[in-house]
Amino acid sequence: MQFGFLLEQVVNGLVLGGYYLLIALGLSLIFSVGGIVNLAHGAFYALGAYASVEITRYLGFGPAVVLSPVAVALLGILFERFILRRFYTADPILSLLVTFALAMVTEQAIRMIWGAAPLSAAIPPVFRGSVFVGDFLFSRYRLLILAVVIVVLLGVWLLLHKTSFGRVVRAGIQRPDMVAALGIRLQPYMTAIVMLGVGMAALGGAFFAPITIVHPAMGSEIITVAFVVVVIGGLGGFWGVVLAALLVGVVRGITINFVPAAGEASIYILMFLVLLVRPRGLLGERIEKFE
Amino acid sequence: MQVAERNKRLFMQIGARSDALRGKNCNKYTFHVDIPNTVMVNAVGRALVRQNMVKDKKFFTLTADYIFGHDLLNAAKRFFAANQGNLIGDELIATDVTDFSPYLLKIRQAKPDVVCSNLAGNQVTTLIKQYAEFGLPYPIVGFNLNTADAWAAGDGNLSGTWPTVWYHTLDVPASKTFVANFIKKHGKPPENHAWIEYISLKIMAQAINATKSTETDKLIAYLEKETEFDILKARKGHFRNWDHQLMQEAYPFTVKPRGEAKDQWDIIALGAAVPDANEPLESLAPTREQNPCSL
Repeated sequence: MQFGFLLEQVVNGLVLGGYYLLIALGLSLIFSVGGIVNLAHGAFYALGAYASVEITRYLGFGPAVVLSPVAVALLGILFERFILRRFYTADPILSLLVTFALAMVTEQAIRMIWGAAPLSAAIPPVFRGSVFVGDFLFSRYRLLILAVVIVVLLGVWLLLHKTSFGRVVRAGIQRPDMVAALGIRLQPYMTAIVMLGVGMAALGGAFFAPITIVHPAMGSEIITVAFVVVVIGGLGGFWGVVLAALLVGVVRGITINFVPAAGEASIYILMFLVLLVRPRGLLGERIEKFE
Repeated sequence: MQVAERNKRLFMQIGARSDALRGKNCNKYTFHVDIPNTVMVNAVGRALVRQNMVKDKKFFTLTADYIFGHDLLNAAKRFFAANQGNLIGDELIATDVTDFSPYLLKIRQAKPDVVCSNLAGNQVTTLIKQYAEFGLPYPIVGFNLNTADAWAAGDGNLSGTWPTVWYHTLDVPASKTFVANFIKKHGKPPENHAWIEYISLKIMAQAINATKSTETDKLIAYLEKETEFDILKARKGHFRNWDHQLMQEAYPFTVKPRGEAKDQWDIIALGAAVPDANEPLESLAPTREQNPCSL
């Protein structure tokens, strides 16, 4: 019986990890290709949630979760063109500062437009309730989120590994100087990657809006977990982030099963241990000065 | 509270509900306008007892892991003990938890009769949303809620019995006037904190007017005289002189069935005020023995 409970937490943790993956993968891509630590990533998650709640009022849930990431991705173009582009070759502290500032500005802008009180958002009736798969309880809605995550993951993998666009991006992650020497401008690829990254964050926000509180500071709640996942997974890799996201979800679930008070701290302890033993992250590129 | 004490200035404490603030941590410069945890628990508790949801029933609680939550849990435990309720499990929830799924799985494993929330603020909303998401078959109640948290819970998610210190549908003329004026100015009804700020300022204004002074000691003396104030409820309120807690009615509420709400803010069916009209206002508040305070 006890083992069954534990297994249920593990499976639930995998589902949750899948969700963290959506946010973390975009963050990892933006860093891997552009070298920018995007502290504003949570702001795009929040914008995705707010846009989705707003669009749902007029067009319903389905169109909202499609249109809101698209809208935020378009904002991502402006973000990349007018803000990020200036900082690719600058001191990293500057991009940290500017993205942190953007996060704060976005939070206040949301507060000015929609007010400080949280918005009301609910799961569409057809996805309410739970299902049993064997003896495991799943919320129907989270299974939907899991399905979306798997589709997105597959799409991103195919894009990165089976297209010429992806070939250039991967080359740009490993040896940007060689890519330039071959006469390929990485700039448009970077714009596309930023669009993809913030679009995925917004998709996460749109899907999580019905099951979390939609308030102006919601971006800061997700950014720390996203960073932990990216650091554990290691920068520069695709499967590293996937593995890390699932691991974070599972570790949290198992810890809550046995020592609930340590549940939230467990993911940071995990990150600490990974950094001690393997600074590059589980499947990250080797960072010479740390190893 | 400590700042007010250091600077010897009157402080109207309008939001914190821990019993301890009116008990072992009390000081003479602070007057507590919001109801304490014991009253929250008793307001809901009485309603639950009437519905036969307490005696011999198994409760599972989720408690916010800071002083407020611990305090509320203690008040809840006192209530369960006094009414033969059975606390079979409690989970301490860190204040930054945004995903409750592991805890909901533990609740399912424990199979309680009633799930009870001792959480605060945003976490109540998130718990309500995720509890509705999972659709667990056990009724959920809570010993703490603010109106804004209820409004943010989303259509059809809130259920069960919860407490409130005031709600905008309260059928008292003075309250209705306040609500109408507020809606005219802001386009939406006031939530409980708007009411509490309004009456606190009115109380201070009344005290200043009556004493013709802003001197702290004179104001404290006026409030400690157990002067009655119109707090927009059926019964007037007064501050108890030994712990500076405003004695007032509170209300349990349930949720209107879908389709009955007139608008997005009309989701709550307010219950009858507690204590009953023929009982003293002190009936639900912690006694000197339960919550000793020396000013």
